Amino acid sequence: MASSETLTSQEYIQHHLTNLTLGFHPEHGLGFAHSSADAAAMGFWAINVDTLFFSILLGWLFARLFKGVAERVTAGVPGAAQNFVEWIVDFVEENVRGSFSGRNAMVAPLALTIFVWVFLMNFMDLIPVDLIPHLFVQLMAVFGADPHHVYLKVVPTTDPNATFGMALMVFILVLYYSVKMKGVGGFLGELTLQPFGKWGMPANLILEGISLLSKPVSLALRLFGNMYAGEMIFILIALLYGGGILLAGTAGVLQFVWAVFHVLIITLQAFIFMVLTIVYLDMAHQEHH
Amino acid sequence: MNINLTLFAQMITFAVFVWFCMKFIWPPIVKALADRKAKIAEGLAAAERGHQEKALGEQRALELMKEAKTKAADIIGQAQKRATEILEEAKTDARDEGSRLVAAAQAEIDRETNRAREELRERVTVLAMTAAEKILQREINADAHQAIVEDFAKQL
Repeated sequence: MASSETLTSQEYIQHHLTNLTLGFHPEHGLGFAHSSADAAAMGFWAINVDTLFFSILLGWLFARLFKGVAERVTAGVPGAAQNFVEWIVDFVEENVRGSFSGRNAMVAPLALTIFVWVFLMNFMDLIPVDLIPHLFVQLMAVFGADPHHVYLKVVPTTDPNATFGMALMVFILVLYYSVKMKGVGGFLGELTLQPFGKWGMPANLILEGISLLSKPVSLALRLFGNMYAGEMIFILIALLYGGGILLAGTAGVLQFVWAVFHVLIITLQAFIFMVLTIVYLDMAHQEHH
Repeated sequence: MNINLTLFAQMITFAVFVWFCMKFIWPPIVKALADRKAKIAEGLAAAERGHQEKALGEQRALELMKEAKTKAADIIGQAQKRATEILEEAKTDARDEGSRLVAAAQAEIDRETNRAREELRERVTVLAMTAAEKILQREINADAHQAIVEDFAKQL
């Protein structure tokens, strides 16, 4: 518990769950939100700086590592980095080949980007919950900021903006390719003419519409929910450290166990996001589903 | 935890990374993987070819060896035959030369013998004459008894 002396447990948790939000406050003008109420008051026209910063940083890391390998890639004996990258690329390619029956040069790079990027963003969850926020608070204190109002969430995928952002892009692609492959009529027909035939059109539309809209929502919420819950448990474990030697020892064990388990979860969630994206796009390319 | 502008920022970020991956990362890596696959297939095919060629080469070598052995045996046979011939020739030559030498020696011996005999005969004639002169003193006429002496000398 970094700044625990003056914080209650509730405040500590709340503090950890608040993004660093930059926006226009109706009363204070342009600036960082000093509380979640401030952030809410800023409405839509605000930016979660931490989410953006870490997601872009991690995406940049991904791009840099893979680009570096792609530049020096050789069909001969691969180096360690190339071997590692090839391993991931091979894995993604295999999944795409297994699930995607159409021809589209974009699906595999999309899947690779999703898998690695989401994995990296999820991976931030394994860094002790207070480490980076605490360092950030120290840094901001130099500029005279009140430590209680310096927020930082290091795991972008615990911000629904990030997960919905990706899911919406995938959804847009699904719509785009549905229309491109089947034509507007074909796509509308798919939405309205099955499963009950043309006389059950309203029922068809409701069923198919829900199934269509549930794709991005489930995609985004599954990832968000898993990572948010995992982060929450790390925060709760972190709270135990303040409760004396016995509890702190228990917390250490718990944190280790949960982190080990979480390694599985973050990989699995990245994998699920990737596979579902491939499957949704495959459906968009096919005439019937 | 509010949905705000970050949503769109994330969408754009996502799109940019996907575009970047699609443009600069995926193609070269996948191409390298495909190239390596082709290379490995090529290598395996080459190994297979090499295997076959090796078997062929071995067979050919075996044939060559057999041929060489036959040739060598032929050559050895011929050489042996020739050697026997040369030996026979040498033997015949030696025998001829030997008999020739023996004949020549024999002739020489005969000639020497005859010469010695002639000389002896002359000496004996002279000796006999001298001896007879001494025995008979003046009574003997060399001319008168020439025939007797010669007859005697012939009997030697």
